[in-house]
Amino acid sequence: MTLTEERVAAPAPRQPEVTDRARHERRLGLTLSAPAFLVMVFVTAYPLIYAVVLSLYNYRLTDPAGRSFVGLRNYVTVLSDPVWWTDFSTTLIITVASVAVELVLGFAFAFVMYRIIRGRSWVRTGILIPYGIVTVVSAYIWRYAFQLDSGFVNQWFGLGDFNFFGERWSSLFVITLSEIWKTTPFISLLLLAGLVQVPEELQEAARVDGATAWQRLKRVTLPNMKAAIMVALLFRTLDAWRIFDNPFIMTAGANKTETLSFLAYRQNVTLVNLGTGSAVSVLLFLTVVVIAFIFVKGFRTDLSQVRGDR
Amino acid sequence: MGDRKASNWWTFWGVLILVWALFPLLWMVSLSFKDPDTFRSAEPTFFPKTWVWDNYKTVFTDSLFTSAFRNSVGISLIATALAVIVAMFAAYAIARMNFPGKKLLLSMALAIAMFPQAALVGPLFNLWRNLGIYDTWIGLIIPYLTFALPLSIWTMSAFFRQIPWEMEQAAQVDGATAWQAFRKVIVPLAAPGVFTTAILTFFFCWNEFLLAISLTSTDRARTVPAALSFFTGASQFQSPITYIMAASVVVTIPVVILVLIFQRRIMAGLTAGAVKG
Repeated sequence: MTLTEERVAAPAPRQPEVTDRARHERRLGLTLSAPAFLVMVFVTAYPLIYAVVLSLYNYRLTDPAGRSFVGLRNYVTVLSDPVWWTDFSTTLIITVASVAVELVLGFAFAFVMYRIIRGRSWVRTGILIPYGIVTVVSAYIWRYAFQLDSGFVNQWFGLGDFNFFGERWSSLFVITLSEIWKTTPFISLLLLAGLVQVPEELQEAARVDGATAWQRLKRVTLPNMKAAIMVALLFRTLDAWRIFDNPFIMTAGANKTETLSFLAYRQNVTLVNLGTGSAVSVLLFLTVVVIAFIFVKGFRTDLSQVRGDR
Repeated sequence: MGDRKASNWWTFWGVLILVWALFPLLWMVSLSFKDPDTFRSAEPTFFPKTWVWDNYKTVFTDSLFTSAFRNSVGISLIATALAVIVAMFAAYAIARMNFPGKKLLLSMALAIAMFPQAALVGPLFNLWRNLGIYDTWIGLIIPYLTFALPLSIWTMSAFFRQIPWEMEQAAQVDGATAWQAFRKVIVPLAAPGVFTTAILTFFFCWNEFLLAISLTSTDRARTVPAALSFFTGASQFQSPITYIMAASVVVTIPVVILVLIFQRRIMAGLTAGAVKG
């Protein structure tokens, strides 16, 4: 599960005699972090291994006696089923659309929060409300705003009796909108933290040299924020990738709006089809590993800052 | 002069952001005051034609919601307290000590922060039933605590790193006992970080939905987000929309209060844990 270890090779020059003090420190450090470590292993690593094992069996809770070893057949079943690929594309569409919009919008918000003087704390307080609100509540708010018999959207925009939840693309639009509203504050705060750290002198120097605002943004601000942008992107992408609440509440997966997390839930919990369900779980986990890998290796996202081992 | 004008522009954009952030809340409140029997129409309006309290009365008398509210408060508070305590030890060790496994712990926290919870729903569902903790408080507290740990550990270790720990020794040199030095010097310095972490962790637990519907089956442990999705209204002939919105207002109030009081802390916490350097 180790994602990046490039910086691990810390210089360990001479292995001197371990002093009593250092030994004591090591033991205390281990003791203090043991509870966190054990809890995380017990609740994630162990069930994940259990899922891998279950995925190799044909196992339904409704028919426990019929449990039998089937090897990789569950994976073949899942990957050759169009449902997996539909859900995969739905998840991909929502992730790409919401993260792209949020990056632009979040950057604009961060910039306003950085520059604003009068009303600064109002904006910073207001923006935390979507961040803190329950996702299910956000899903209901937007669903009822667009729903034909209760919503105001069709009246305001003169859309007559267009049913947003009657087809795939308009449903995905509303789902993504709720996702964007709820999570843009998070990305904008991460970007604001990056923006604050761009040295003011660099901006000043560029201005003296006659750079336009656009040039300064492109040549000074953005390059200096690269680390913050990549970390924000990685976090939001993986968060969007596991989207569940919004489609569950808004469409219940109708009109091809089911996502991968939703599929895992439906197979495991609704259908108690633990064999196939576990195969979906493992595949979902692997997609996350691939995305993280692309960010870390492909885009050279430096996670050591996030991890805190500077 | 130009500065003044520019400043006004930024304030203008700030107002737009506020509208964007708060407008949906206005819609929620408006819906929650609509008459459940008559609000549906071919041409719905934004504000109620008549404002009624009925939805709130239903929400506070329906046992589905009252028990869910109790469960949410209890589970979120306990999970938050446990996560903060466990994370506090780990964060202290990470911020101040060198020990083998430190990198592993941090990598693991990172991996779990990115983990798709849906991948664990099946195995946990099965395990919890075997252990007899399916549909109980503890059955939700354990995974909440786990998934809150990465955020808690990062946020707190970022805060702890900024504490001038030398002051502890300085106080001891000045004649304070180790306990006095810890209590009088370190605790006041560390408390804001711990408290901020607790708020963020609480938000996470309060918000969680997937595990809440997967690992519960009755109102014994069902939390508000899960209960909302089962809410059918006062009678089966009524639309539950206005009740759901009233219940939503009720669960949003604690969030708004926390945000209003602790805005600065939450901002600091969110940015401290995530991006540094």
